Amino acid sequence: MGACAKPVNRLAKPLGIAALFVVAVLVLAPVLALLSRAESGGVSAAVWPAIRFTLLQASLSAVISVALAVPLAKALARRAFFGRGLMISLLGAPFLLPSIVAVLGLLAIWGRSGAFSDLLALVGLGPLDIYGLNGVLLAHVFFNLPLATRMLLQGWQAVPAEHYRLAAQLDLAPRARFALFDAPVLRGAAPSALLVIFMLCMSSFAVVLALGGGPKASTIELAIYQALRFEFDLASAAQLAIVQLVIGLAAAALAFHFGKASRFGGGLGAPFQNWDRRRGPMLLDGAVLVLAAFFVGLPLLAILAKGLEGLTALPSGLWAAFVVSLVVALVSTVLALGLSLALARLIEISQRGGAIELFLLLLLATSPFVIGTGLFILINPFASPFALALPITALVNAALALPIMLRILRPALSRVRHDYGRLAEGLGLSGWARFRLLTFPQIRPELGFATGLAAALSMGDLGVITLFAPPDVQTLPLLMYRLMGSYQMEAAAGVALILVASSFGLFYLFDKGGRGAGA
Amino acid sequence: MLALENLEIVQGSFRLAADMQLKPNQTTAILGPSGGGKSTLLTALAGFIEHSGDIHWQGESLRGLAPAKRPISMLFQEHNLFPHLSVAQNVGLGLRPDLKLSGEDQAKVEAALSRVGLAGKGAELPRRLSGGQRQRVALARALLRQKPIWLLDEPFAALGPGLRLEMLELVEEMRAEQGATLLLVTHAPEDAKHIAAAVVFVGAGQAYAPVPTTAFFAKPSKELRAYLGK
Repeated sequence: MGACAKPVNRLAKPLGIAALFVVAVLVLAPVLALLSRAESGGVSAAVWPAIRFTLLQASLSAVISVALAVPLAKALARRAFFGRGLMISLLGAPFLLPSIVAVLGLLAIWGRSGAFSDLLALVGLGPLDIYGLNGVLLAHVFFNLPLATRMLLQGWQAVPAEHYRLAAQLDLAPRARFALFDAPVLRGAAPSALLVIFMLCMSSFAVVLALGGGPKASTIELAIYQALRFEFDLASAAQLAIVQLVIGLAAAALAFHFGKASRFGGGLGAPFQNWDRRRGPMLLDGAVLVLAAFFVGLPLLAILAKGLEGLTALPSGLWAAFVVSLVVALVSTVLALGLSLALARLIEISQRGGAIELFLLLLLATSPFVIGTGLFILINPFASPFALALPITALVNAALALPIMLRILRPALSRVRHDYGRLAEGLGLSGWARFRLLTFPQIRPELGFATGLAAALSMGDLGVITLFAPPDVQTLPLLMYRLMGSYQMEAAAGVALILVASSFGLFYLFDKGGRGAGA
Repeated sequence: MLALENLEIVQGSFRLAADMQLKPNQTTAILGPSGGGKSTLLTALAGFIEHSGDIHWQGESLRGLAPAKRPISMLFQEHNLFPHLSVAQNVGLGLRPDLKLSGEDQAKVEAALSRVGLAGKGAELPRRLSGGQRQRVALARALLRQKPIWLLDEPFAALGPGLRLEMLELVEEMRAEQGATLLLVTHAPEDAKHIAAAVVFVGAGQAYAPVPTTAFFAKPSKELRAYLGK
């Protein structure tokens, strides 16, 4: 055996291993730092409410999002209507929307002085209160109902058209249709949707920071933030971070157990031909679609309207914050891109590729906030963590983007290898020439999409930066939060609009750059 | 002389054994039922899959040589061109894998394209060409690489019968000009009769030693009769 040599670029393996090492250190060193600082001897009593609230809000958010997504996805799957494509695009928007901006939009609609409270006042009812659990759930459903809908919709669209034709021919009863089509789709997609949303809500810091608070509505991450920022109590912060880590890993392990989660940006093409013309279900589907469009669309419109008003009240320091955000976003995107390309290649050429991939995904299931806390404790004895706010934010944002990038780039890279690997090897195309002449042009669309997502998410992120930033350093989301904290809502709305425009603009530019080649 | 010595390829439950010598500077057709291992044999020669035994070309072992270092150009059934590179760039890869082509190189590319009947098409992208034209581009590249062994894995199978014979004739002409040794996988006996001097039959896990084409069809073996359905 061994009569044929695989001409793997000599650099690929060392580069990949170096990248793996970087990621492992980036995640494990903070975790070790946390373990060394946390006091042994059980979880202190003050932590229990935070754990309880974290689990409660994450479970409720997941269940409500998926439950509401079932009728919505079903309606989208079986109705063809004008604006269906627009509706599906609208459902993609919250994923890119910076969470602090979304909170502002939700407050404008559902808040104490929002549109609905004004309406209720007309009939003499008191204003709505969305601080606390209600508000956290509202924001989480706003973000994750669209995500759950897209995941379920992919399940329904995977059912072959012939099956529906058969059902129509045989005139199957609704109960039989449910057993044949809906039940298997839900069994396949619902568990992973629930777990993905649970994990996202576990570590959605910005929403809870803005809408939660107080002992009754404080998550573990919020408690970490308070311990670090206000009490400078490293031991409790470490203990909390370890609890967060354990819950996160347990959820990640469950998610792996229930199989692959959905692909983002997968085909959500045409609805199937529907022969059901009964009035009742049609009205019901219509009502669901209209309600969903309002639920997702109204806060977006509010952001636009308030933002345009707020443009006259833009605060000083806006452009400095914009430049800081942009630089952090670009640096973290470049870092994530370099790491994910090196890692994807390593997974491809290594004998233990599968194990490496699993290891990576588990590492990256660690919440960025946990990594941030660990880094804080790690750096504290040597330098002021506050002085390193921006580099650390860029690094943690890169770690956040890494799994998304790997998920998008890995299939593209295997496709190139499958279609053109032998031809390239036969011609001696290797190393940089292979990347420049073959890989890059072929994966350019995926590269554009992945870097666009990474840049937009980093631009809008309000997480680790809150742990580290001294008063004179701010990103756009942090500036917005500080303005909201001092009740300068008009200025905050103006900043929000600039922030959304920058996030969506970055995504658009990268994504368009990817499509530009038209290969 | 291309010598396959105790070659054995194992892929799961699939096995293929070959032990034979192939004459240089002529065309040998590789014929046999689909799934029999014709393509696998070529793929192993080109260095893409593992095997035991050895392969010698002009007395030198190919053991451990990367595909690009072997004295071999291979044409696949499809995906012979990179769709995002122009026709001229695809051919130019045969001269310089990093595509840093000198003026002289570019003249060679243009000459190779004229030789296969595609003069002036250098700037086109492959998707603007027909299936037959695309395989001509791949042939032009093989011409420039000047490797002594050509492996063709049914590259014309998707073409109509008239066009297929025309392409085979072009290949045979070019092969004769370069004095190359050509192994052509096909499942059509008329292809073999048309251009091959000898035939290797591959079936039931075995590649049989080459037989001169006329003798091969005049006195068909049991396996060949089964394959031809006679």
